[in-house]
Amino acid sequence: MNRVWQFITATRGQGRMDWTDWVTYGYLFLGVFLMFFPVIWLVLSSFKTEADIQRYPPTFLPYQQERVMVDGYDEPLPLYRITGGAYEGQVLAQVRRVGLQAQMVDPENPAGGRVRVDTDQREPVERVSLAVENYTGLFERFNFLRFFWNSTFITVTSTLLTLLVNSMAAFALSKYQFRGRTVVLLLVIGTLMIPQTVVLVPLFLIVTQMGMFNSLWGVIIPGAATPTGVFLLRQYMITIPDEILDAARMDKASEWKIFWRIIVPLSAPAIAVLAILAIMWRWNDFLWPLIVLTRTENLTLQLALNSFQGEMSTEWSSLLAMTVLTLLPIAMVFMFLQKYIATGIASTGGK
Amino acid sequence: MLTIISPIMRIIEIPMLALQRVLGIHRFAWVFLLPNLILLCLFAFLPVILNVAYSMTSGDNILLEDRPYVGTDNFTRLTECSNHFDPNSCSEDKFWRAIWNTLWFVTLQVGFMVGFSLLTALILNREIRARGFFRSVFFFPVLLSPVVIALIWKWILQRDGVLNAFLDWTGVGGFNWLVDAEWAFAWTVFLTVWAHMGFYTLILLAGLQAIPRDVYEAALMDRARPWRIFWRITLPLLAPTMLVVLVLALIRSVQTFDEVFAFTGGGPGTATTFIIQYIYERGFAGAPRLFGMASAASLMVAGVLVVLTLVQLWVNRRNVDG
Amino acid sequence: MASIELKDLHKSYGAVEVIKGIDLSVGHGEFCVFVGPSGCGKSTLLRMISGLESVTSGDIEIGGDIVTRVPAADRGLAMVFQSYALYPHMTVRQNLSFGLENINTPKAEVNAKVSEVAAMLQIDQLLDRRPKDLSGGQRQRVAIGRAVVREPRVFLFDEPLSNLDAELRVDMRGEISALHKRLGNTMVYVTHDQVEAMTMADKIAVLRLGELEQFGRPLDLFNNPRNLFVAGFIGSPKMNFMTGTVHGADRSLLNLDTGEEVSLPVKGFSHHAGDKVTLGVRPYDLRPHASGSIHIQVGAVEQLGTDSYLYGALADGTRLTVHNPGQTRVCAGDNVAMHFAPEAVHLFDTKSGLTLRGFDTEDDLTLHKPS
Ligand SMILES: Nc1ncnc2c1ncn2[C@@H]1O[C@H](COP(=O)(O)OP(=O)(O)O)[C@@H](O)[C@H]1O
Ligand SMILES: [Mg+2]
Repeated sequence: MNRVWQFITATRGQGRMDWTDWVTYGYLFLGVFLMFFPVIWLVLSSFKTEADIQRYPPTFLPYQQERVMVDGYDEPLPLYRITGGAYEGQVLAQVRRVGLQAQMVDPENPAGGRVRVDTDQREPVERVSLAVENYTGLFERFNFLRFFWNSTFITVTSTLLTLLVNSMAAFALSKYQFRGRTVVLLLVIGTLMIPQTVVLVPLFLIVTQMGMFNSLWGVIIPGAATPTGVFLLRQYMITIPDEILDAARMDKASEWKIFWRIIVPLSAPAIAVLAILAIMWRWNDFLWPLIVLTRTENLTLQLALNSFQGEMSTEWSSLLAMTVLTLLPIAMVFMFLQKYIATGIASTGGK
Repeated sequence: MLTIISPIMRIIEIPMLALQRVLGIHRFAWVFLLPNLILLCLFAFLPVILNVAYSMTSGDNILLEDRPYVGTDNFTRLTECSNHFDPNSCSEDKFWRAIWNTLWFVTLQVGFMVGFSLLTALILNREIRARGFFRSVFFFPVLLSPVVIALIWKWILQRDGVLNAFLDWTGVGGFNWLVDAEWAFAWTVFLTVWAHMGFYTLILLAGLQAIPRDVYEAALMDRARPWRIFWRITLPLLAPTMLVVLVLALIRSVQTFDEVFAFTGGGPGTATTFIIQYIYERGFAGAPRLFGMASAASLMVAGVLVVLTLVQLWVNRRNVDG
Repeated sequence: MASIELKDLHKSYGAVEVIKGIDLSVGHGEFCVFVGPSGCGKSTLLRMISGLESVTSGDIEIGGDIVTRVPAADRGLAMVFQSYALYPHMTVRQNLSFGLENINTPKAEVNAKVSEVAAMLQIDQLLDRRPKDLSGGQRQRVAIGRAVVREPRVFLFDEPLSNLDAELRVDMRGEISALHKRLGNTMVYVTHDQVEAMTMADKIAVLRLGELEQFGRPLDLFNNPRNLFVAGFIGSPKMNFMTGTVHGADRSLLNLDTGEEVSLPVKGFSHHAGDKVTLGVRPYDLRPHASGSIHIQVGAVEQLGTDSYLYGALADGTRLTVHNPGQTRVCAGDNVAMHFAPEAVHLFDTKSGLTLRGFDTEDDLTLHKPS
């Protein structure tokens, strides 16, 4: 603990903690709380049983009532600690409840027979425990794997498509002198001004006419060619020396081979950044899928989650578990690649 | 991965080589451009043109040839108000509610978001321990999906939620936040700031770190006080980045839909219905599907976005040049 | 046979003409060097030969075939670039084999050729490294190896040594010359360094502002420079120039602009009395001598032990350099009389810059078209 304290209080420069340093760290830890607590709270809550979720005020950790197998009963029985009356202090298992009275049995001595206890003279014996059934239930009760597959398919396919199409265009726009180049560049810049959100109706017509309504391809194809991706990659490819391409041409490489064997490997860092961005865009995509995908078997995770929050608003346990599963892939990507994501986003955002 | 792709690429190379022989090296660039251009034309330019056509037709048929031409009727209906500041006096009152909501929302959201992003970036730029960790903490929500963000906060803010439990405990007392129009709006602003400020913090931090150290050192040698350094050195040198952030935030804020739709559904009433949701509801959510109205409204939003994007490009151009 | 013929070659970028009609022929197996100041169009010319740059007008013949419109890949040439242009993501081995794989050479043959070339250039220890792990000299060898391994008809080099330090440059110079002897291919080599040109070339083409100033064997260029530019460019330290007017009935005297008078050779030169001419004398042809006809004010002296250089100026400010074998007693500030033999003199017409030496002396000179 002392070490931690030292670490926090030590300033980078010389000298001791100044009041500004205290404010700084105060702000930062408040930030950590504000950013992380909601997610931690979500994850913890998702492991609570429905009964535990209904409890108010809520507990921080998920609790479950203890149950024991008692001889002579088929099901495990819930345990209570008796807080008053003749059996005060004992721990008894409840067989059934009748009105304000509960029939209880001593789990140590089931042969001793049932006793009656007032319901307000007992409290449940609880321990921390994860309600994993919230998660397993998702797979049993809903077509969760189907949604997961839809999201994955869309994300992977359209990311690959984006990478291929964008890097080809970026190569053409960075390494060739041809008539019409400026026009094409301006066209691509022009598309920056036309996000999907302002062309929903005609886009819907085109996608419907192409037979892609209610098809995953209707989500994959319209968003594949991103102007951001073209500019991100072009910016990087411009820095590859022309002499390397000339050398490859002297080595009898075709233009396609130059693209595939020279440009793509050399642009790997930029392509990786775009890949991460595209995965994020696609996985989290909402409005356009909402319009194109209307059949249950076509829904992506995001759509399914949204439609279930309407249907299951009283059943938070399943909803929270589903939310966690939707968040999980991105959280993992974040943990492994956060450095690249940060630099990648800074490089696109700033440009 | 490479073992699958390499043979494919080698097969593609055969027709590509033939094409190259025909076109020559420089015209071959078009072959690389074509897939991207086709997609852009089909899914970006063509829609813009069609959008104009839609905005001048009515009916709920998606096929253009089945839609009667109505000229500027849709625009007239959208803009018809006896008092533009009072949506109730407009023939399309929901549109005007959405407009005013969006204006308020954009102002508050961009203001708070840029303000907090700047504050956070300045703090992260101080001599602190574990900067990388803190930076990624603020950045983390940027990666979350809108629906997840909405559900996380709905769960916290619900009647029996953890926030109310805390307020009860402190004695302030709980409140049914999302049922009250003003609070729902306020939480919408909060939620979007929470979700996106990390992105802008990152850009601003990059901008701050690009300010050369020796400028600060020179100012210190000139015995400038910290406050003066901030006003006379940090802010002016950060101004281009600030401008980029501001315009980018505006462009995105105008288009806010996903989180809010999943969070409040636009409610209570129309308290958090913004312009994109209006378009979505007119065109896709209810019957009859008023594609004409949706397109007309889209065109107006597009106009705003074009202006903002042009500003952004202009700002960036200045950045690149100097 | 891989001779190269350039016929009235032109190149324009938009309205700017950077190659202004070049005729040149490089024989099979010759080592030809293009030399000239930076920006004169050497690289452009070389890249036009390679096929990487298109030709605005004129023709290129390689080995008797017109290749003006043939793509670079099909001309059977190899090029070594100034920046080496190694593929950074490939190992040395992959760099060498890339070109062979592109023409579908069988694997065994690729390996054999790569090993052979690697051994020849002494890079066989480096085959599994990446370019970034190599020193400048090693990268240079790999770049050359990449050209050699494809067994091209012609090698093209674009300032391959300019990124190396001085010592390494001398070594590599020798190695490239040795490579030429060993392979016997036609080579075209671009440099802005006239020492490289002199030491390596069979033939030198001096370029200036997109035009060919002179083309010939190194010593021919040195001994009989076609014009003032070539005279000043070839040879180090540079030739000294003094301007003046010819006089005397037998046109054997020159009145320098300083007022001093020097005697001129008559035989082999075509000047007349009254002509404004420029006299060129190489630094090593000037000697301090009491009876010398010109006087210089010495500004600086460089003593290298084996040689010494005097830097000074004539009375009218014309700068002169004097090379003195061995050591000298002359000090900065001295006024020294200089002597030179009339036979050592070059004479140029001051106005046109052309040599006044008779045109009959060198057949190479006829290649030059006065502009
Ligand atoms: N792609 C180009 N566009 C316009 N001008 C060019 C281009 N490449 C070269 N030049 C011009 O052509 C002239 C010759 O260039 P270059 O052949 O590279 O000279 P160097 O003799 O130094 O190799 C230079 O003035 C240069 O500015
Ligand atoms: Mg050059």
